[in-house]
Amino acid sequence: MNDKQQKSLEKMSLNIRERIIKMSTDGGCFLGASLSAVDILTYLYAEFLNLSKENLEDPNRDYLLLSKGHDVPALYGLFVELGWLEAARLDNHLSTNDSIYWHPNRSIPGVEFHAGSLGQLPSVALGIALDIQMRKGQNKVVCVLGDGELNEGSCWETFLVASAKKVNNLIYVVDRNQFQANMATEDLIPLESLDDKFKAFGLEVQRVNGHDFDQLHNAFQISKELKGPQVIICDTIRGKGLPSIEARADRWFCNFSKQEIFELISELHQDKMATITAETIVAR
Amino acid sequence: MTYEQLLEKTALENENVVVMTAENRALVRNLPAKLGERFIDTGITEQTMIGAAAGLALRGRIPVVHALSAFLSMRAFEFIRTSVGIAGLPVKLSSFIPGFLSDGNGPTHQAIEDVSIMRGIPTMEVFAPADEQDLVQMLPQIWASSNPSYVRINMRPATYQHEAFQWGKAEWCFRGKDVTLLTYGFMFEETLKARQILQEKGLEVGLVNVRSLKPFDTELVNQLALETSQIITIEDHFEVGGLFSILSEYLIKNGIQLKLHPISLQDKWFKPGRLEEVMAYHEMNAAGLVNQIEKLVSKK
Repeated sequence: MNDKQQKSLEKMSLNIRERIIKMSTDGGCFLGASLSAVDILTYLYAEFLNLSKENLEDPNRDYLLLSKGHDVPALYGLFVELGWLEAARLDNHLSTNDSIYWHPNRSIPGVEFHAGSLGQLPSVALGIALDIQMRKGQNKVVCVLGDGELNEGSCWETFLVASAKKVNNLIYVVDRNQFQANMATEDLIPLESLDDKFKAFGLEVQRVNGHDFDQLHNAFQISKELKGPQVIICDTIRGKGLPSIEARADRWFCNFSKQEIFELISELHQDKMATITAETIVAR
Repeated sequence: MTYEQLLEKTALENENVVVMTAENRALVRNLPAKLGERFIDTGITEQTMIGAAAGLALRGRIPVVHALSAFLSMRAFEFIRTSVGIAGLPVKLSSFIPGFLSDGNGPTHQAIEDVSIMRGIPTMEVFAPADEQDLVQMLPQIWASSNPSYVRINMRPATYQHEAFQWGKAEWCFRGKDVTLLTYGFMFEETLKARQILQEKGLEVGLVNVRSLKPFDTELVNQLALETSQIITIEDHFEVGGLFSILSEYLIKNGIQLKLHPISLQDKWFKPGRLEEVMAYHEMNAAGLVNQIEKLVSKK
C-alpha cells in the first residue's frame, strides 16, 4: 500500500470516528466497539471488497456481514464516507422516522443482513459462501465478529462445519478489542490462545494489528492465496482514538452530553483531553 | 408418491432447491446421490443448519431442511425466529417425529409445543398433514410460497381419500350437528376411527382435518358456528398454544359463542413407549377418544 492510499484511509477513518462520536448522544450508542472496528471496516470497503454503490444488488459482489452488530455506527459512518448514505440521516439515529438504530438492518442499502443476536451471522455467512461455491462464483464473504461474541457456542459449531465443508471464499474477522460489554474478556471467559483455538477448529489463522492499514493489507492479500475457511484476528483497542475512554471496561454503551461530544471530538483531533462525567451504563 | 420422491422431483425441476439436514437422513436417504452438492448435511448442528439455510435463501435458494422436531423447533428456535423469521426468508422446515411420533424417545424428543412456538413467528406458515397422501399433495404449494414454513411431517399411510389442498383451507370431511371434531396431523387417523364409532352409537359427528394451522381457516369457524352444537379440538400438543388456543383466540376476538372443549396433552409430557401403548395410556387412541368425547358431549 502506498503513502497516498494510506493517507486516504487515515482521513476516512478519522471522519468516520467523528461521525460515530456524534451518534453517542441523545440516546447514545456502543461507542467503544464501533471505534475499535473502524479501521478494519474502512480498509475492507475502501481497498479489499468488490462493493460499490452500483453493485449492491449484483450477485457477483463481495459480501460483508457485521455479526456483532452493535458496531453499526462505524458501518453507517463509513457508508456516508462512501456516498451510500446521506450524512444528514445520521442525525436520525434512534428516530422512529428512520431505520438507524443500535443494530444493523437491511433497509439501509449496503447492510447485507440484520444482526444483534450474537453468534447468528457466522452460519448465515457460511450459507452465502456455500451458495457462491456451488455456483462457481469468485466473490468473497467476510464476516466480522466481536471477541466477546466468541463466547457463543454457535460460532464454534459453525467453524467446525465451515472447516468440514472446505469453503474457500469465507473469511471471519475478529475485532479483538479485549472487552465484552462490561468486562475484559480475559477476566471473564479467557479466549487466549485464540489463534490455537481457531487452528484446532481447522481454520487458517492470521493475526494483525487492526489499526495498522499496512498489516491489514498484507493479511488480506495473503488471504487470497489460502485454502479453506480462514480467520484474521485483528488486535484492536476499544474506544480507539479517544484516550479518555480507550480500553476501559466501564465505557461500553455511551450516552454523552452535547458538551462532552464537543470535547471528545476535540480530543479525537488531539487538541485537548475531554472531561467526561456521563454516567456509565452497564446494561443495554 | 412418497415425500422423498416428491422432494427429489422438485429439486431436479428447480435448481434453486437445496436439501439440508442436521444429520437426520431418515426422510432423504437417497437424495445425496441424486442431488450432489445440493444435498448439504451440516452434522448435528441445528443452529448452523438454519443460519446457513438463511444465507442460502438470501442468495435465492429454497432450502428444505430436516431435523428432529424438538431440536429443529427448539434448539434452533432463535435462529429460525431471528435469521429466517425477521427476514421472512423461504426456508422450509420439515419437522420429523412431531407429537406422539417420537413414541419411545422420552420428553427430550417430544415436540408438543412446536405449533405454539412456530405460529408465534410473524412470517412463518404452519402445516400438519393427516398422512403421507395429505403431506405430498400440500407440499408443492408450501414450498412455492415466498414465506418460511414449518411442516409436521407425517408419513403414515392414508386411511382416508383426501380432497385437494387449498391454500389456507381446512378439509371438512364430515358434517355433524351434535359435535364437530377438529384435529390435525397424526391424530387425524384415530379421530377418524373414533368418529365412526360415535356415529354408530347414534351421534351426528362432524370431522375437520385442519391441515393448515397458519394461515388458519377462519371461514370454517364462522360456518361451524351455524351448523354444529359444539367443537372438540384433538391434538398431540400441549393445550397451550395449539389448535385449542387458535380457536379460542378467534372465537373470543369475534364474539362467536360456541362450546369448545380441548382434548390434548394438557400440561404434561407424555409417557414414552410403543406408539399404540402411548396412545392408549393417554386415552387418545380411537377407543380412548370415544370415551373422552362422550363425556364432553354429555356435559353440555
